[in-house]
Amino acid sequence: MSRLSKKFNKLKENKQKALIPFITAGHPHPLMTVPTMHALVKNGASIIELGMPFSDPMADGAVIQQSSEEAIKKGMTLSSVLDVVSEFRENDDKTPVVLMGYLNPIEKFGYQQFVKQASESGVDALLIVDMPPEESSELLSLLNQYNLSQIFLIAPTTTRKRQQYILSKSGGFIYCVALKGVTGSNNVDYSDLSEKFNTIRSLTDLPIAIGFGVKDVNSALAVAQYGDAVVIGSALVKKLGKCKNEKEIKKTIKKFIKPISKALNKE
Amino acid sequence: MTNYYDFPDVKGHFDQYGGVFASETLMKCLNELQDAYKKYKTDEAFQNEFYYDLAHYVGRPSPLYLAKRLTQNVGGANIWLKREDLNHTGAHKINNTVGQILLAKAMGKKRIIAETGAGQHGVATATVAARLGLKCVVYMGEVDIQRQAINVYRMKLLGAEVISVKSGSKTLKDALNEAMRDWVTNVDDTFYIIGTVAGPAPYPEMVRDFNSVVGREAKKQFNKQVGGLPDAIVACVGGGSNAMGIFHAFLNDETVKLYGVEAEGKGMSTGKHAASINAGDVGVLHGNRTYVMSDEDGQIIETHSISAGLDYPGVGPEHAFLNDKGRASYVLANDQEALNAFHLLTEVEGILPALESSHAVAYGIKLSQKLVKGKNIIVNLSGRGDKDVHTIAALEGINL
Repeated sequence: MSRLSKKFNKLKENKQKALIPFITAGHPHPLMTVPTMHALVKNGASIIELGMPFSDPMADGAVIQQSSEEAIKKGMTLSSVLDVVSEFRENDDKTPVVLMGYLNPIEKFGYQQFVKQASESGVDALLIVDMPPEESSELLSLLNQYNLSQIFLIAPTTTRKRQQYILSKSGGFIYCVALKGVTGSNNVDYSDLSEKFNTIRSLTDLPIAIGFGVKDVNSALAVAQYGDAVVIGSALVKKLGKCKNEKEIKKTIKKFIKPISKALNKE
Repeated sequence: MTNYYDFPDVKGHFDQYGGVFASETLMKCLNELQDAYKKYKTDEAFQNEFYYDLAHYVGRPSPLYLAKRLTQNVGGANIWLKREDLNHTGAHKINNTVGQILLAKAMGKKRIIAETGAGQHGVATATVAARLGLKCVVYMGEVDIQRQAINVYRMKLLGAEVISVKSGSKTLKDALNEAMRDWVTNVDDTFYIIGTVAGPAPYPEMVRDFNSVVGREAKKQFNKQVGGLPDAIVACVGGGSNAMGIFHAFLNDETVKLYGVEAEGKGMSTGKHAASINAGDVGVLHGNRTYVMSDEDGQIIETHSISAGLDYPGVGPEHAFLNDKGRASYVLANDQEALNAFHLLTEVEGILPALESSHAVAYGIKLSQKLVKGKNIIVNLSGRGDKDVHTIAALEGINL
């Protein structure tokens, strides 16, 4: 059984929701990424979404774009993202790691090479923002071969018919975007979430993760009731960007992430 | 033999190129756009309105002009100019914006967004938006805003809001990223008018089709003035919309050689160029698979060209396809060659070409010298150079 399934099964048994923090690999500094990941787990993260920095992140807002630019400037590459995961795995073999990013660096790396090395490094799943399922067959068959999951997004604009199609191609969990717009926006309309997620729930057994617009305890609780996992990205990246060293990172995570994970897992 | 009119396929692929590489939020509106375009492509009333506007608003057909003194000066094959510089707003870009705004209107969209590099597409978009009374927002890199101040002011006069993009290299690619972000956020009421034959399907096909009037006219005009077919067509390629526009009518006429001229900037060895096909690799950028200029880690690299309109690290997927098929050749002209061509055409023909088009003129001159006298080359003079006068003066140390 995959790390992701094990994790979601265990959370389900305990009637808990997963907290999935997103960080950009190499931000605020390449040497701080592994300690950041461990600190996130220590403070209640169930799964880690690790951003593979890209120069032109079209679907991301200013915060994640800036974090990517900084990480690239400081020498972060796709291959060093994989090194980060290997190093993380030396001390943590249980927490699933999902790589999130854009296709061009992977095209350059080579699909076969990348999937093989990702699997060897201990990566569990991939989420490629600019690769809809229609264009994914080549990568998907490689992922299957190496037992990695491919995570797809469902957007507020995704029609029901398309939801079914996306779900038929998905593995690991399904990532539902709670609002139109780029990452880091804050105008979530919670009013129609209920119906939307009930529909998706009726279409799949995959765990449902909800993200975009989650920035604190209240917004996390507001979306958690509809899904199995809550993704928190830009708000965290913004705070990490202000940290100058490992100590500040640990302090920030304890102050910011711990209350959210506690709130989510309270009966 | 390949029938080039079989491409793209229903999913927007030109063999391995093109396609839809976009975030999920955009998939619904891309599908809607695909359906709407399919419907209106064969809708008689829509097409009549489009051609009416091309004739009476844009001023088509644009002339096909034999540049006699240029030809004499060069001493080789005849150089003909397809005068897209004479269109309303001064470039071929208006053909596409006239078409897309009609589509936006038909789809009931209220707000228009666009990206622009040299500002020609921004002006062409602001123009048609003003004409239909639609709100228009144009994204433009901060660097381009500085080098194309006149076009920025023109857009503002036309009522458009010009948003300065300060991310990344602050040029065309970043303006495109920002426009995509706007579209993802305002997807319900907004129509994104992409200015080149790139982006996710259906844009490469749609922008090509709206510009293909250029090649159809040229073919007819040449046949009337000379008879038969020209020997070669030359057009500059950034994203490649003017080139696809003039190539398209000739794709299945294999005796007609097609040349796309990429910007060699300061020279290939310096790395400061924008020659995506000559120097790039197959990758994915801005919604389609094509040749992309990126570093060894797949990060998009900053390109350089004297002309803002060619300063783009990708290229339309159909050009990538035509290159691989060997149907079109992608050649180079550097900054200096483009400047020389600008001056020569201005001095001997009284025509100021845009710096983009000057690259095509520069290669047209080279080709003319290679071919025997009496052969015929059509150079797509895609835009006029008034917008570049300040840039050229500054480069040559002249204070206006």
